[in-house]
Amino acid sequence: MTLLLYRIDDRLIHGQVVVGWGQPLDVRFIVLVDDSVATSAWEQDLYRMGVPPEMDLYFHTAEEAIPVIPRYRTDPRAGILLTGDIATMRRLVTGAGVDAVNVGGIHSRTGRIQRMRYVFLTPEEERQLRDLASLGATVTAQDVPGARPVSLDDLIGGVQP
Amino acid sequence: MNSLDASSAVAARAIVAGHGDFAAGLVSAVDQITGRGGQLIPVAVHHLSVEDIECLLRDCMIQTNVRVIFTDLQAGSCTMASRRILRGMEDAVLIAGANLPTLLDFVFAETRSAPEAARHAAERGRAAITVHGAGA
Repeated sequence: MTLLLYRIDDRLIHGQVVVGWGQPLDVRFIVLVDDSVATSAWEQDLYRMGVPPEMDLYFHTAEEAIPVIPRYRTDPRAGILLTGDIATMRRLVTGAGVDAVNVGGIHSRTGRIQRMRYVFLTPEEERQLRDLASLGATVTAQDVPGARPVSLDDLIGGVQP
Repeated sequence: MNSLDASSAVAARAIVAGHGDFAAGLVSAVDQITGRGGQLIPVAVHHLSVEDIECLLRDCMIQTNVRVIFTDLQAGSCTMASRRILRGMEDAVLIAGANLPTLLDFVFAETRSAPEAARHAAERGRAAITVHGAGA
């Protein structure tokens, strides 16, 4: 197996990730790439308590993650990589060759426009997603495995699944 | 006056929060069974970021002076947000993985403090899950 999903989700570890994706894919590890979580033992404990005991959880800053992602890709277990924002994922696209990005949840905030039930974007974030695509990554939105993946054009065009 | 109107006069003692319409559904069920749904404040968090969930729950606790939160899932966003709130609130209690038997026990434990009632209710809810039938 390998890293099966590279997901942008501002909730990071939550029900959709641990249960919604974790169970059908038999996910045994999650790589959480977030500069603030990676430097806070309290935040790491918080997220550890959210995953079942059979699932390992690894924390990295973006800088730390880039050289170790190849090792995770050769792991015999199934894994998911998470970032909480587009900018962090961009660093992994350019630095670690991530070629498929799942937009799993970017939620309501001042200045964001709703594009899907679970995706709200500012104009700058739309530009950042297009930038990921221009770098060669396939960008789709999909909250849970049973949902239809929505292309970047449809996502930004506001086409509902 | 229907049962919801009657229960709305009761002082709130806990917040119920979770995925989808989990909170409203459970509180509705508690009210239908006991008429005591007014002790529980259902909170829905559709579309909200973790930061906004935390603000919503914290504001609700402050405005109502409630110190008990029931959530649906250990890994859920409401649980994560609640644990952050509890970090600075020494008198509060979070029960993650709440079910209907949990809440039924809680609303009847009016002689206990709300946090104490919540701890007792958690044990009741845990013990209330049973399996029947001969299927493997």
